[in-house]
Amino acid sequence: MPVEIYLNVAASGLLTGLVYGLMALGLSVIFGVVRVVNFAHGEMMTLAMFLTLVLFNALKLDPLVLLVPVAAVMFALGYLMQAGLINPFINRPEHSQFMLLVAIALILVNVQLIVFGPDAQGIRTRYSFDSFKLGPLVIDASKVYAAGAALVVAAALFAFFRFTLLGKAIRACADNYDGARVVGLNVKRLYALTFGIGSACVGAAGAMLMVVSDVTPAIGPAYTLLAFVIVITGGLGSMPGALLGGLLIGVTEALGGVLFTPSAKSMFAFALLVLVLLFRPQGILGRRET
Amino acid sequence: MSALLEVEGLDLYYGDAQALAGVTLEVPRGEIVAIVGANGAGKSSLIRTIAGIERCRAGRIRFNGAEIQALESHAVCNLGIGQVAEGRQVFPSLTVEENLEMGGLVPRARAGAKAKLREVYAMFPRLEERRAQLAGTLSGGEQQMLAIGRCLMGNPEFIMFDEPSLGLAPKVVQEVLHTIRSLNAKGMTVLLVEQNVAVSLKISSHAYVLENGVVAMSGRGTDLLHDDRVRQAYMGL
Repeated sequence: MPVEIYLNVAASGLLTGLVYGLMALGLSVIFGVVRVVNFAHGEMMTLAMFLTLVLFNALKLDPLVLLVPVAAVMFALGYLMQAGLINPFINRPEHSQFMLLVAIALILVNVQLIVFGPDAQGIRTRYSFDSFKLGPLVIDASKVYAAGAALVVAAALFAFFRFTLLGKAIRACADNYDGARVVGLNVKRLYALTFGIGSACVGAAGAMLMVVSDVTPAIGPAYTLLAFVIVITGGLGSMPGALLGGLLIGVTEALGGVLFTPSAKSMFAFALLVLVLLFRPQGILGRRET
Repeated sequence: MSALLEVEGLDLYYGDAQALAGVTLEVPRGEIVAIVGANGAGKSSLIRTIAGIERCRAGRIRFNGAEIQALESHAVCNLGIGQVAEGRQVFPSLTVEENLEMGGLVPRARAGAKAKLREVYAMFPRLEERRAQLAGTLSGGEQQMLAIGRCLMGNPEFIMFDEPSLGLAPKVVQEVLHTIRSLNAKGMTVLLVEQNVAVSLKISSHAYVLENGVVAMSGRGTDLLHDDRVRQAYMGL
């Protein structure tokens, strides 16, 4: 096979990887602050994708415009989940949190099956078949737009945590839980906001992924797993790590697909995870627990 | 007039273990009251219960006449009860200035936060020099200044200090105590928990001795300072 094909595949994997990275960023933010692992992450992702589909069919707006209302709805859902369901579990042992979130995941999958059915559904935009030519590379326009949107959302998130008082307060909670209570921060409310923000990331990523991929309720668990692989590869709790992990997993899966067979592409992602765990257990950009 | 803070019959349990048993004390407005006692006597538990971080099983805590024992910690802070916690509890990966900003987020302090920040910087010029530095990279003494400054950002009228001199060099301890006294001179009411019994009895107007979660003795600081039992038990004299 000519070498351009590999380059093309790698470039397209890189772009999809950015969208994966944004999804994983949501998981990372939630874990980094609330210290709860969101086992319903992928199921929330498919929910966001279906939401985009419904809004697209109703309003005929571009999915990349729809990402704003979808992210807003997912924010509200995440906020309510944390405030109503997860906060009472915050000081319980991890296995009870695990059961709670797995239960949420199961409910989400099955509600989506009832409402939307088991078939794969997709969206056709007017740029679905466009592509850009860049030297030897031919890249899908929809992937470029989706990846661009992912970068914008991620940059906005970084700016939020860096420059706003609310973002700093959330970082303070993650930094020192006791300290946050000592200075009078409303930790439970900040946790709910954090879960909302993480869910909004998933919402935005779901709308973007709808541009490049189909959705069925059954792929929810696969996305949950993908988000874990990305976050662990990049480094738990590291925001740049989640994006980097997304890029790496995107490229690895894409290249694995052409080099071997597309149905085995996840195998390569897991192989990368195993390598990272062997040689750098804290993840590529993760810090060692001190 | 009644005291600013009144604690009455406070019981606190961690699981089945009782940490405080019927603790009753008062902190009059504008004074420094000290709590002394051995490690594990319940001093920190008392502060954390007043702050709303631990929940008491029985008893009442009144601040400015209103009962506060059922309030969440952020609501307690917003009444003007500040805390400089044991171990300083700064946010290590936030800058000095961001740490201070966090202290000014309670609703009662939000409007005046900018002016308060200048006040804190005037009080601790060292913090202004290091405003962009991560708090985790400060020395112990600087972190203690930061913890005090962060507490002041919340515009408190009452501050609880938990072991402010722990792990600090003697010269820095003097600075911290000086800071506490000058805050008090400007009208701040203070509850001081200190392992350094001699010093805390000297600067306090009234003191309580806590033993195994029970108030064993109380009196004027200078009186306790000359009490034989206190001298033997806590000062090794």
